[in-house]
Amino acid sequence: MNHARRHKLGFWVLFSAPMLWWIIVLLVPYLIMLSISFYSRQFPFHVPDFQFGNYLILLQDSQYWTVLLRSVKVSILVSLAAFAMGYPLAYFLAFKVQSERLRLFLYVATIVPLWVSYLLRAYTWKTILGSEGILNSFLMWVGILDEPSTLFLYNEFAMVVTMAYIFTPFMVMPIYASLEKIPRSLIEASKDLGAARFSTFWRITLPLTMPGVLAGFTFTFGLSVGDFVSPLLVGGPYSNMISNVIATQFGMAMNWPLGAALGVVMLFIVLGVITASDKLERAGRLNLG
Amino acid sequence: MAHPAGFGAERMADILRLDHVTKTFRGGVVAVDDISLDIREGEFLTMLGPSGCGKTTTLRMIGGFEYPDSGSILLDGQDVTDAPPYQRPVNMMFQDFALFPHMTVAANIGYGLKIAGTPRAETESRVREALDMIELPGMADRLPSQLSNGQRQRVALARALMRHPRILLLDEPMSALDAKLKEAMQVELKHIHDRIGITFIMVTHDQTESMIMSDRIIVMRNGRIEQIGSPTELYDRPASAYVADFLGTSNMVPVTVHRTGEEVVARAGDASFRIARAGSVVADGATMTMFIRPEKIRLGANGGDGNVFSGAVREVFFSGNAVRIDLDIGAGQIVMVHHQLDTALGDAGLPAAGDTVTCSVKPETISLFDSADAAAVAAVGGAA
Repeated sequence: MNHARRHKLGFWVLFSAPMLWWIIVLLVPYLIMLSISFYSRQFPFHVPDFQFGNYLILLQDSQYWTVLLRSVKVSILVSLAAFAMGYPLAYFLAFKVQSERLRLFLYVATIVPLWVSYLLRAYTWKTILGSEGILNSFLMWVGILDEPSTLFLYNEFAMVVTMAYIFTPFMVMPIYASLEKIPRSLIEASKDLGAARFSTFWRITLPLTMPGVLAGFTFTFGLSVGDFVSPLLVGGPYSNMISNVIATQFGMAMNWPLGAALGVVMLFIVLGVITASDKLERAGRLNLG
Repeated sequence: MAHPAGFGAERMADILRLDHVTKTFRGGVVAVDDISLDIREGEFLTMLGPSGCGKTTTLRMIGGFEYPDSGSILLDGQDVTDAPPYQRPVNMMFQDFALFPHMTVAANIGYGLKIAGTPRAETESRVREALDMIELPGMADRLPSQLSNGQRQRVALARALMRHPRILLLDEPMSALDAKLKEAMQVELKHIHDRIGITFIMVTHDQTESMIMSDRIIVMRNGRIEQIGSPTELYDRPASAYVADFLGTSNMVPVTVHRTGEEVVARAGDASFRIARAGSVVADGATMTMFIRPEKIRLGANGGDGNVFSGAVREVFFSGNAVRIDLDIGAGQIVMVHHQLDTALGDAGLPAAGDTVTCSVKPETISLFDSADAAAVAAVGGAA
């Protein structure tokens, strides 16, 4: 009895602070946002209410759909680009670099930009892609362009490039971790049994790294779909993403209920992606044993 | 296939030849140092040695997982020195079995056939046959993680044999098994070898295992071949102190050699031993190390046809079917005697500490080696 009570006390001493923290900074704000999404708007204020008008507006007004689809599309493109760059990089690090020290150096070099301000890195792409930027100057110097092109900046392409650059480390890390875990004897056994390099990669290496790939996609998708800075800095006026619209609703438009409804929708999109990837990962884990 | 006349009398043809093969790893470690070797068709060959002796690297070069810096590897007369694993008719059973964790047992076994483009129906029926052969008929849809170690090993074996390799390589095949299972698998693997007639090349550091299973053993040391021969040749006529010490147990006795013409006598303590197989290099008055197997020493004089000596019993260790007696043959020199208890002990029972017993050992079972060499072996600890 006494022992059990002491255990209980210890539990509360240890976990009450983090639980309180979790409730105050996560659960309560979510609940506030959820309830505001049902409020009705009486310009310039909003009043407590329980009605689905805000969600109805989102359903009916196609401009919100456009933004939502653009956010999802850009995030998928960012994830694919990060995968296309991240997988070969992780593979090279895990399998091709022989020296332990060089591998560590390259790995750190890959993730060290994460310690630099995100804003700064997004801004850097502005100077690369802009009409006076490095890319234009280079292409003119080589002679491919006669005058600076405005095609590189202030569009979805610029957003995808910027975010792919910024989020690629989140793709590299889980894939590298899953590649590292593959016993080399499995690769050798596959070759021993007649499978050449590509066949071995396709049948053994790639399937065994699927958990890492899934984790990478979840990271990059989740981070991109809620991104606010890249659209603002390099996306231009016609590349608003859902976060920008939410910010506008809470700011200039003074329409908190609609902004909250949008926030809830986005929360569920991300939750959906995480749940799906978790389900896939579990199915794969069963296979991996 | 053709049946050559007088098959039994004929020396079997060579299937694999290593010709002056050398492999140096980064950092300058010479793993395999100028090895030349002919391997006979159908034999069970074992490479034996402590870790770092080059046996695994040699096996991996035969499999195509490492490439020699110099020298060549010929398989059926064809140069495969630089061929990748998927282009050699050689398969390997890996130490950790290397079963693909995301594939079922059936998919693992059928992997090589699938890669080779074998029709699905044929693959399925051959996988079923293989599962019967390894006595795991109901396990086709299991995952490797759902099998015991012994079952995994059988699956790995079946998978490696599915493509009918010319040579099967076995890298420490028993190391993941417990002692009981190990013994059973040693016998079973030998039976499978006898039945299918494929050349087996095994790597092990377990001397008992190598002697039980092999037709020939290669004892390796520091990247070189120390001795090649049948288990009985190596055991009874070791070419060096290293081999004598690695295979089985030996008494290593420092002796002074007395040579008169062809007759060589080694003296240790109060005993002296005639040596039948002393090389011409043995000089009179030299200090050498004498190797005697404990079980070659017999209690009693046995008609005096061997070297008869006596000593004081220091300790007696009874282990049921045998007894080990430590004898002091003078000057504190201890000699171990293994005595097989093949009849019931009489009223006299076992000798006791302090008794003096007489023993005999035949001259041809004694080996003499250079003391420096023997000391080096002893310092490393030799075989456990």
